[in-house]
Amino acid sequence: MELAGAIIVLLGSVFLFLGALGLLRMPDSFNRIQAGTKASTLGTLLSLAGLIFLMPGWWGKLLVLIIFIILTNPVSSHVLARAAYHIKTPLTSKTVVDKYKDEANPEMDNHKTEAS
Amino acid sequence: MVNTILTIALGFMIAAIVMAVIRFFAGPRTTDRIIAFDVMTISSLSLIAMLAWFAQRSIYLDIAIVYGLLSFLGVIIIARYLEKGL
Repeated sequence: MELAGAIIVLLGSVFLFLGALGLLRMPDSFNRIQAGTKASTLGTLLSLAGLIFLMPGWWGKLLVLIIFIILTNPVSSHVLARAAYHIKTPLTSKTVVDKYKDEANPEMDNHKTEAS
Repeated sequence: MVNTILTIALGFMIAAIVMAVIRFFAGPRTTDRIIAFDVMTISSLSLIAMLAWFAQRSIYLDIAIVYGLLSFLGVIIIARYLEKGL
């Protein structure tokens, strides 16, 4: 039981590590938002779930933390991506499609890509 | 055995925080810095939970809850400020 919990915690920390690595290596602000927030959400969830296996007496507070992370982290990611689009953060030069420009507000000129 | 695996996991979390700090200082734009701050605080939250296991004190989890709340509010406020001003 405790060994399974420790392995789940290790898996979660590996996801946190890969998310931070993607934060370093991605070429664009939007790609960094994707890599950072999704991987770090999954990593934190796995770490806290593994701690529930390790210490079953703490399940209340850990469950509150898990529900809080599930509710708030995608919201902050979405607000951040929306703000980044509206202040005209330049996309990378490998961008293929930009549906938000095509459908919602076709007057926005966000396609002046930066070479990076 | 369990202690060794959790120490390795602690090392991965500290490496994630260090890489987020590097992006925080080197990010060319404000959104890069905010997303680095977000990843940094989320990784610190699971680090605090791990420290609660190492110290065998469940009162540290309350600190983790308050830390996550402050991180969420900070990211939301800065993003709204970037979009249309306060």
